[in-house]
Amino acid sequence: MRKVIRFSDPVSIYARASAVGKTEYDGPLGALFDFHDGTDRFGADTWEKSEESLSLAVLNFALARAGESQDEIDLLFAGDLQNQCVASSSGCGTLGIPYCGLYGACSTSGEGLLLASLALAAAPSLSRAAVVTTSHNAAAERQFRLPLEYGGQRSPTAQWTATAGGAFLLCRSSEPFAPPSAPRIVACLPGRALDSGVTDGANMGAAMAPAAADTILRYFSLTGESPSDFDRIVTGDLGAEGSALLSELLRDNGLDLRGRHRDCGVLLFDPLKADVHAGGSGCGCSASVLSALFLPALERKELRRVLFLATGALMSPSCLLQGESIRGIAPLIVLESGKTGGDK
Amino acid sequence: MNFDRRRYLERVKERESGSPVFKNCFFAYLFGGGICALGQLLLSLYLFWGLSERDAGTLVTVTLIFLSACLTGIGVFDSIARIAGAGTLVPVTGFANAVVSPALDNKSEGLVTGVGAKIFTVAGPVLLYATLSGALYGVILYVVRLFL
Amino acid sequence: MLGAPLDYLFAFLVGGLVCLLAQLLIDLTKLTPARILVVYVVLGVFLGAVGLFEPLADFAGCGITVPLIGFGGNVARGVREAVSETGLLGALTGGLSAASGGTAAALCFGYLVALVCHSKPKHP
Repeated sequence: MRKVIRFSDPVSIYARASAVGKTEYDGPLGALFDFHDGTDRFGADTWEKSEESLSLAVLNFALARAGESQDEIDLLFAGDLQNQCVASSSGCGTLGIPYCGLYGACSTSGEGLLLASLALAAAPSLSRAAVVTTSHNAAAERQFRLPLEYGGQRSPTAQWTATAGGAFLLCRSSEPFAPPSAPRIVACLPGRALDSGVTDGANMGAAMAPAAADTILRYFSLTGESPSDFDRIVTGDLGAEGSALLSELLRDNGLDLRGRHRDCGVLLFDPLKADVHAGGSGCGCSASVLSALFLPALERKELRRVLFLATGALMSPSCLLQGESIRGIAPLIVLESGKTGGDK
Repeated sequence: MNFDRRRYLERVKERESGSPVFKNCFFAYLFGGGICALGQLLLSLYLFWGLSERDAGTLVTVTLIFLSACLTGIGVFDSIARIAGAGTLVPVTGFANAVVSPALDNKSEGLVTGVGAKIFTVAGPVLLYATLSGALYGVILYVVRLFL
Repeated sequence: MLGAPLDYLFAFLVGGLVCLLAQLLIDLTKLTPARILVVYVVLGVFLGAVGLFEPLADFAGCGITVPLIGFGGNVARGVREAVSETGLLGALTGGLSAASGGTAAALCFGYLVALVCHSKPKHP
C-alpha cells in the first residue's frame, strides 16, 4: 500500500496536446502551447461552457495528432475544478469514451496519469487511455472566490488559476503502435491527503508544500534513489511561496534538490509582466506545462528522467469558513524518455 | 517525514512578508481622498443648482454609485481597485461595486435565480449590520427617552 | 460659487485618511474587506448615535459622508428622526428609509448593468 508502483511494461504517453487562454499565452511559455484563445471564451457564451469547450478541444487536438478517432480510446480519465467536474463530463466526456471523472484539485493531471497507467497495467483488454484536465480562471473565480468584476486586491501569496488544459493519450509501451520515442511512465507513487494546518485560502502554496515534501521523501526513502538520479523534479503549482516552503521542508529532512526543482505555476507566468502574485495554479496549469514543455524535452531527450508531482490543495470554501484547515495532495509519477537511437 | 505543524505554520507566517503596505496606503489615500473630493464637487454643484442639503447629499451618493456601476459594467472598476485598494472599497463606490459585480456575474444563471438571488452575496453583510445596528440604536434611544 | 477651496481640502484629507486606515487594517491584520466594510458601517451608526457624526460631517463634508461611515451615519440619523416621530416602530423604519437612496440606486443600476454588460475575463 505504501510502495512505489513500478510498471514492468512502462506506459507510453504517445500523444499530447495543450491549450491556454490569453494571460498564459502572453507568458514565457506562450509559443509552446498547441493552441490558445485570446478571448478566453473558446467559442462559448458562459465561462463554465468555455471550459467544457476547452476540455473537448484539447482532447480532439491530441487525437488528431495521433491520427486516431475517439472510438479507439478505451477509457478516459478527466477532471477539472468545477462542481461534479462538469467541464470534463460535458466537455471531453461528450465524445462517448467510457469516462471516469476525477477531482484532485490542481493535482488532477498527476492523479489521472497515475490512474490511467494503473488501469493499463492491470487490464490487458484496455489498449488506449486518455487523460484530460482543465481549469478556467473565470469559472474558478466565480465558483471559489468573488465575482469577476469585484474590485479587490489579492494577497501576495495568492495564486492565479490558469486558463489552460492538457490532454494525454497513453498505452503500454509494448503495444506495436506505441512510438518508441514516446516518453514513458515507469513508476508512480500515490500521494497522501496531508493536513497542512493552513487555514488561509489565499495561500495554497503553503497548503500543498507539506504534501509534496511527503511524497518526495517517501519516494526517495522507498527507492534509495536520490535527486541526482533525475534531470528535473517538477511540481505542479506550488508557486513561488510553496516552492520556497518545499525546499525548506526537504532541507529539514536532509534532502536538497540541488537546482533540479521546477514548478509549473512559476514557469507559466512572467511575474514582471503579469501580476499573478505567487504564480499559476489550477488543474490545467501542470497539465499544460507538462504537455508543452517537459514531454517535448523528454521526446527530444534533452531530459532523460523527470519526477513529476502534480500538487493539489483540497479546499472547500465552506469548510474553510468553518475553520477547517486545507489538506494538500501530491501524486508522483516517474517519467523517462523513450528508447530510440540505441541509448539506454 | 519529520513535520512539525506548529513550526511550519510559524514559518508560513514569517514568510508572509506581505503586501507593499506603504504603496497600498499611498494609493488608498490618493484614490479615497480623490473620490471624496469629487463627491464634494458634486455636492457643491447640486447645492448651486438649488437642491436642499439633504437631497444634494443623496444625489451625490446616487451619482457616485452610478459611476461605479458603469465602470464595473465596462470592466474597468476591478483594474482601478487593484491599485486603489481601500481607496475605492471604503467609499460608497465599493458598496456599489459589491452590488453590481455579482449581479453582472450571475446573469448567465437567470434574471431571478442568478441576478436576483446573488445580488446581495457580497454587499449583504453591510446592509444587514447597518440595519441591525440602526435598529439597536433605535431601541436604546426609545428606552432612554422613556426615562428622560 | 462652488464651495470654499478648504471644503475640498478637508474632504480629500479626511476621506483619504479614512481609506488609509482601512488599507492598514487589510494589510496588517487578517480582516477581510467584507469585515472592514461591516466595521465601518457599524462605526458610522455608532458615531451617529453618540452625536459625533454630524460635527464630523460638518467639518469634513464628503470626506465623512462618502465613505461607508456616511451610510451608517445616515442610518443613525434616520432612526433618530423616526423614533422621535413614531416611537419604537421608528427603530425599524428609520434606518432603511434613510439609506434607501443609495441602496435603491445600487440595486437598480446593478440590474441595468447586468442587463446591458457582460463580465470580462481578468488579465493580471
